[in-house]
Amino acid sequence: MPAIGSPDDQRGRLVDNLILFARVLRAAGLPVGPGKVIDAAEAVRAVGVTSRDDFYWTLHAVFVNRRDQREVFDQAFHVFWRNPRLLERMMSIALPQTVVPPEEERRELSKRVADAFRSMNESEANRPQDKIETEFDAAMTWSEDEMLRHQDFEKMSTEELERAKRAIARLRLPVEERPIRRFQLHPSGNRFDLRATLRRSLRGGGQDLEILRKRQRTRRPPLVILCDISGSMARYARMMLHFLHAIANDRDRVYTFLFGTRLTNVTRHLRYKDPDVALAKVGEAAEDWSGGTRIGVSLHEFNRLWSRRVLAQGAVVLLISDGLDREGAKGLAREIERLHKSSRRLVWLNPLLRYEGFEPKSTGIRAMLPHVDEFRPVHNLESLEQLAAALSRPASPEEMRPWLKQLH
Amino acid sequence: MPEGDKTAPRDPKSVDETEALLARGRYVADRALATAVYLALKLNRPLFLEGEAGVGKTEIAKVLAETLGRRLIRLQCYEGLDVASAVYEWNYARQMIEIRLAEAAGDKDRETLGKDVFSEQFLIKRPLLQLTGGPPVLLIDELDRADEPFEAYLLEVLSDWQITIPEIGAIKAKAPPIVVVTSNRTREIHDALKRRCFYYWVDYPTAERELDILKVKAPNVPAALSREIVAFVQALRKQDLFKLPGVAETIDWAQALAQLDVVALDPAVVSSTLGALLKYQDDIAKIQGSEAMKILEQIKVEVSAAKRRPGA
Repeated sequence: MPAIGSPDDQRGRLVDNLILFARVLRAAGLPVGPGKVIDAAEAVRAVGVTSRDDFYWTLHAVFVNRRDQREVFDQAFHVFWRNPRLLERMMSIALPQTVVPPEEERRELSKRVADAFRSMNESEANRPQDKIETEFDAAMTWSEDEMLRHQDFEKMSTEELERAKRAIARLRLPVEERPIRRFQLHPSGNRFDLRATLRRSLRGGGQDLEILRKRQRTRRPPLVILCDISGSMARYARMMLHFLHAIANDRDRVYTFLFGTRLTNVTRHLRYKDPDVALAKVGEAAEDWSGGTRIGVSLHEFNRLWSRRVLAQGAVVLLISDGLDREGAKGLAREIERLHKSSRRLVWLNPLLRYEGFEPKSTGIRAMLPHVDEFRPVHNLESLEQLAAALSRPASPEEMRPWLKQLH
Repeated sequence: MPEGDKTAPRDPKSVDETEALLARGRYVADRALATAVYLALKLNRPLFLEGEAGVGKTEIAKVLAETLGRRLIRLQCYEGLDVASAVYEWNYARQMIEIRLAEAAGDKDRETLGKDVFSEQFLIKRPLLQLTGGPPVLLIDELDRADEPFEAYLLEVLSDWQITIPEIGAIKAKAPPIVVVTSNRTREIHDALKRRCFYYWVDYPTAERELDILKVKAPNVPAALSREIVAFVQALRKQDLFKLPGVAETIDWAQALAQLDVVALDPAVVSSTLGALLKYQDDIAKIQGSEAMKILEQIKVEVSAAKRRPGA
């Protein structure tokens, strides 16, 4: 407990200590603003500082906002309130220390920025050649773009990849909108808007009654993307990340997960506007790049921890994977079935479909195929464009039928 | 405030009194929850309760209303909840009749008619507008089910205790209500709303507290059986299940077993009544049979060990 002097002094000291404590929490990453300190002072005054336990839970009620902040709060509390004197000293020592990590980060970041600049310079160096070509023959570039659209990501040169990335950055994914429970005035709506009707009528003194109509508004449903980053997907995963970044920055309610041997939520990392920064952050977050695949385990983890938090309100799920499971598809059928049942629409994007004579032979693919609404290729720009078109209309069971036939 | 009113129960004056108050309402709360509730009452802030389904979040609001002698107004949230069903709606049919009557009588001019028709008597009050009467307990249940725009609307209501109706103006609550907001975390609630509330994560209770809860909520269950039930449920919560059983399920199960005149748990009884505890077929299939047997054996050892210890 903080030392207690005369009442006035005590209040002043307590508030000082609370401010210091708030600073510690802020440094530890909790969203604690000045308003919270005022709240805390008020709350402590209301409860009274009689027992350490009460004091703990009082501050807990004010400072903690989410379940995952409890640990941080707990540690900070116990270190801080054991001996504020000690802590003051610690703060004076700790403060310069807390400044150090961001600086390190900045240095790291600056390297990243430098990298980004270097690659930009390189593409600048390439660009004049492009320009010369366009000046030569516009039709030629068009056909080149056309070729690029059909070219497999895996077979692209570095320069072609750069151009493909730029094309992807412009790509939009107009997912079919769903009706929500709110209405808007519309001349050919299918319901009467009594409120608007009456108000309009009263404007004219209640003389005539012109029936106004309303219709349901629509909204794009949440989009959940599960992307395979295992060894067999390595080359595609890079391009997919650019694709995911473009989608995540285009609209709200996009949740992105990566999986190889385990599941990583990279939604927050992809929010960075700059694709290079975003992808670097993602690279740090996911630890299982180019390793094995455990689709069943990863989907199980998603179903258990995330499905109820992100699949509400008619979510559409994009599963990007080649379906080659290291563990012989153990438990995969059950997990994909659960995923299918808790999403409104499950679309499987498989780069293996680039092969003309692709047949669903591997156990993983055979386990997953019966439980998806759509099965689409994702190996070149054209297939991404087709995906955009497919998502803007309802799923068609007809397209799945030939695949299901092959299973038997 | 109810302090002036002699018939109404007083608001608690300390954390201890809050604990006693909740106990009177047959709610077994730990110190942490009592502190959060007391703060919410004392400082007139909403209480934001988050936790898994069936840990007693909604119950807190009900108990508060009952023990404080206040009206409970419940707003169950769902996808697409809008102002018309949460706050108010105009009674159009009555308005129309009023207009026709006025026309027939021919004694009213347009302006007064407009004023009359959009007055409070033509308003259908939905839960949030009912706040403006006395100070009730407002339960906003499962806020995570409503969509984000509604959450933003709540910001004004919860911080200023007032509702703006374009035709009438702002209606302000006479005394701020006690607000309890619950969420099952099917999505994250925005920080702006959380910031205005006192937050409490309602966890699964410890074995000791769960036993206390059973004593209060299912007094007809024999003590020995209660102990086994709690040990079994606590062991179940350590398993890798899709949906862990909450306190509500424990109480259900205890009552089901009491109805069946069970005095001690055995594998057959557990298998046939597992449906009261687990609500997903996958989970039941996983626990039924050998897994249940293993847990049973383990808890029998624990319970008998606890019995042998003095004071247990």
